[in-house]
Amino acid sequence: MNQPDYEYLRKLLKDYSGLDLSADKQYLIESRLLPLARKAGLADIGELVQKLKGGSSAVIAQVVEAMTTNETFFFRDKVPFDHFRDSILPEIIKARANRKSIRIWCAAGSTGQEPYSLAMCVKEMSAALSGWRVEIIATDISQEVLEKSKAGIYSQFEVQRGLPIQMLVKYFKQIGELWQLNPDIRAMVQHRQLNLLHDFSQLGAFDIIFCRNVLIYFDQEMKINIFGRLARMMEPDGFLVLGAAETVVGLTEVFKPFPERRGLYRPSGTAGAAGRTGTTWPKASAAARL
Amino acid sequence: MRTCLVVDDSSVVRKIARRILEGLDFQIVEAEDGEKALEICKRGLPDAVLLDWNMPVMDGYEFLGNLRRLPGGHEPKVVFCTTENDIAHISRALHAGANEYIMKPFDKEIVAAKFQEVGLIDQTQPTST
Repeated sequence: MNQPDYEYLRKLLKDYSGLDLSADKQYLIESRLLPLARKAGLADIGELVQKLKGGSSAVIAQVVEAMTTNETFFFRDKVPFDHFRDSILPEIIKARANRKSIRIWCAAGSTGQEPYSLAMCVKEMSAALSGWRVEIIATDISQEVLEKSKAGIYSQFEVQRGLPIQMLVKYFKQIGELWQLNPDIRAMVQHRQLNLLHDFSQLGAFDIIFCRNVLIYFDQEMKINIFGRLARMMEPDGFLVLGAAETVVGLTEVFKPFPERRGLYRPSGTAGAAGRTGTTWPKASAAARL
Repeated sequence: MRTCLVVDDSSVVRKIARRILEGLDFQIVEAEDGEKALEICKRGLPDAVLLDWNMPVMDGYEFLGNLRRLPGGHEPKVVFCTTENDIAHISRALHAGANEYIMKPFDKEIVAAKFQEVGLIDQTQPTST
């Protein structure tokens, strides 16, 4: 791949997905896009670039999908899910005792392991959540991974990383060598395709937002922009959960960290819209009843 | 240093498991069947057992029952590691007192994740990038 082609791809990815590739990631482009090019009957990256310049929106979408990394697994990093079970949910349950409704957003749901991990946690707490409506919305830029997430079918490798064996037995059904989440767990997650670069305010207000390991792909300016927009959709006493290596510190004041709970943040109240703690809930179509 | 008893009739599997677990800071002892493993446990209980199911002389399931009946035998964390990958086997193993279950083929990440589940590895250690 020559330098002009690489620069062209960098710019295209940045414009369409916000993905900000540094100058030395040719190997990543090659490993992800050469198979795509070959499948399309093209000889190399150069020919793929020509095709992209021709303006084929289908090929552009495929390139974006191939490049947006989707590595994820159940209960990834463990600690955020311990927080979810031990502090976030109990506090939200207390705070929403009158409303009996909780809205959770996984802002990079990928192939589903994260939202379904949350669903399993919620299911484990069904005694405390009896009669409550809990919505889990999973979004991703990639339609392909959303389809995989909806199906809820995982390989033997995928169900062994992070998932305790008791949960595998309890919440999955075996289909040959594959494992599928039970229908009641799958029903707890709604899927929407969403590009974080675009307006997402139509999703409504949330009590809990998981936005883990996706903002690392964006440049500083876009990170700050997204944090600002996330803060405006968050209840003032809500929780934002970031990935292990991420932080808002040094980037923005719209969220403040919890000193003793690494990875958790709360709106600081400086974002603008005060959050809707009362009336304007969007129509919830498939919210799970416990 | 924590000890792990690796029980498998395949020397190749034992070697791979040894390499992975030594990389996770475990001291390894090996046994090629359940009976030899039980003898080792009678002399001194390990912190963990990585246990194959199908072995000659005494299989993993029988070994597990015998282990749990030893004085202090409820202490070691037992992680099955077997080609038996169906719910029936898994449920049987859990009912017999296994703590976790790995379906072969396995890799370093899976072993680390499962050993973290049973509390033998510090949670603050990242198991992946």
